[in-house]
Amino acid sequence: MTTTSTPAEVETMTFAEAVRAALTEAMEADERVFILGEDIGVYGGAFGVTTGMLDRFGEARIRDTPIAEEAIMGAAVGAALCGMRPVAEMQFSDFTAHAMDQLVNQAAKVYFMLGGAISVPLVVRLPFGSGTGAAAQHSQSQEAWYAHTPGLKVVMPSNPADAKGLLHAAIADPNPVVFMEHKVLYRSASGPVPATADPIPLGVAAVPREGGDLTMVATGIMVSRALAAATELAASGIEATVVDPRTLKPLDETTILERVRATGRALLVQEAPRTAGFTAEIAAAIAESDTLYHLLAPVRRLSGLDAPIPYNPELEKASVPQVPDIVQAARELMEAG
Amino acid sequence: MASLATSAEDARRVLATMWTIRRFEEAVDELFARGLLYGTMHLSIGQEASATGACLALRDDDVITSTHRGHGHCIAKGADLGRMMAELLARDSGYCRGRGGSMHIADVSKGNLGANGIVAGGIPIAVGAGLALKLQGTDKVALSFFGDGATSEGAFHEAVNLAAIWDLPVVFVCENNHYGMSMSVEEVSRLDRVADRAAGYGIPGVTVDGNDVSAVYQAATEAVERARSGQGPTLVEAVTYRWKGHSKSDQNLYRTREEIESWRARDPIERFEQAVLEAKTLSEDELKQVRDEARDAVRDAVRAGQTGPPPSRDLLAGVYAASEVDQRTYTGDGAPAAPAPAERAAVGPVAAAAGARGEAEAP
Repeated sequence: MTTTSTPAEVETMTFAEAVRAALTEAMEADERVFILGEDIGVYGGAFGVTTGMLDRFGEARIRDTPIAEEAIMGAAVGAALCGMRPVAEMQFSDFTAHAMDQLVNQAAKVYFMLGGAISVPLVVRLPFGSGTGAAAQHSQSQEAWYAHTPGLKVVMPSNPADAKGLLHAAIADPNPVVFMEHKVLYRSASGPVPATADPIPLGVAAVPREGGDLTMVATGIMVSRALAAATELAASGIEATVVDPRTLKPLDETTILERVRATGRALLVQEAPRTAGFTAEIAAAIAESDTLYHLLAPVRRLSGLDAPIPYNPELEKASVPQVPDIVQAARELMEAG
Repeated sequence: MASLATSAEDARRVLATMWTIRRFEEAVDELFARGLLYGTMHLSIGQEASATGACLALRDDDVITSTHRGHGHCIAKGADLGRMMAELLARDSGYCRGRGGSMHIADVSKGNLGANGIVAGGIPIAVGAGLALKLQGTDKVALSFFGDGATSEGAFHEAVNLAAIWDLPVVFVCENNHYGMSMSVEEVSRLDRVADRAAGYGIPGVTVDGNDVSAVYQAATEAVERARSGQGPTLVEAVTYRWKGHSKSDQNLYRTREEIESWRARDPIERFEQAVLEAKTLSEDELKQVRDEARDAVRDAVRAGQTGPPPSRDLLAGVYAASEVDQRTYTGDGAPAAPAPAERAAVGPVAAAAGARGEAEAP
């Protein structure tokens, strides 16, 4: 456990630790912030994100709930309407299906529907994604559901530092924010994280790698795979820029389009199924702007299969983009024009 | 507890609220019939006693969640009639600036967290409100109105159970008007009473005559006191009946004229007036004065609504509240997303006759 109390300016921590650090700092700074969800207390959350927080903050602010996602989400909405800053954890993103009325029909619409009289400062944390052998009902990437709902903001950090800074921004935001945490990143992603509680503004993309030959726009766990692919491609002389939108809504179209124009080639990578996936929105943004005229080759999308996530480990891997898939798609894109 | 009919002050307030609800909804019905109102309406004519009695048991700083059939709750919690009517007439001066309509009127300053277009949608929200009020160390209470239809929803089960295990200061008021649209309550449950469901959550459940405003008030008062003193939630079932159809598309194919007439004979307002006269609390003239004031207040509200300005066309500015750290969300051209309170108050103070009990602080 690492927090701001340590004097170092930057600390190395895992993705899960970074999320916990942001939650801890926010709860220390603002007594309106509290967490509710399934098994987040003694158990520490299904992925250990809230480990130790019950001892630190007590049962009133670390609230274990029954297995009742609609009540969790609804209670969070009601508490937010009455001046609190709830952070609701859905144990698995997939379970949000139980809570969609409160998220989509209530939280997302209250501010608009009530003419701006009141907003819903709510954060919903969603552990999502495949790669854990949990099969079709515990492995989905449903960001498009949320991004397609006006009134919600959608955040998808790809590394520990962003997880912490973006979560601070999400908690400070007066609107409902869907905060998507890839389950595989929790322990596998480790890196330097600022010890300060500074928020990273929502709606600002990051460019973790620059290269002149093609631009990969990747989301969530696909950012690290795109970076690994870029390293491999560099060995054969292909230099890739990698753009990480970090927040899908609001989306930093400016940075994405600028970077695509600069290389003339766009490879869009997501874990979610292809049809009506979020990267289709990015492809449309390219097609609808003068960026289209800068393209040397058609936009290429690399997505998960239009199929539920399977259990078999080989098939599970095969159903979402892996590093070799990205390398191959990049090479094909280079050959295409 | 003495009947509300024996105190002149209580009787006047109760009648003012019930008559205002009745006249307001009659006006809405008429405006709709004349083609002056858009969309659809869910009228609660015949159910005035449950909204009035339950809200009378609350303090101004307590909060409520309401339903698609919410005009009565809204008025009983002290809403401004002019702004309500302006909303139904889709004006910028309406509670929701013409964006919500009948099913989304809220008045946060009066503790009304809003009507709701989703059956049972407000119940979990009331539980969250109760949680916030408890975490904040207040003794405020959240009261959730919902219909018999809502008790078939999963949200009802999850939310009532959560309030029960956390001893939250919440009062669940089921207005059992016998029909969820066309489906009768007998057809959707094996239980004789909705209140029997309370046993499944280990909380008290009580059924009252929802057309007897004093009975509703008494049951709600006990439930509110229980909630306020930290003893947790109560389920109050107020048995009542809606005279009008579910909404504007209803042709009453699922119930008989005789049934409707039998309930019209149990008019909650007439019954209460009779009790007031029998107790000699108010004279016939005084009753007439209350009725006239309600009629005038609604007439003023219609006028205020009809003269309200058209809504802003900048819809995208109304989707997200402005954030200090978010650099890209569109919230308009730097202008505040909502108009200043002073601008919106210009509609006219007609809430007094509607039973408003002074300004409440925001919850």
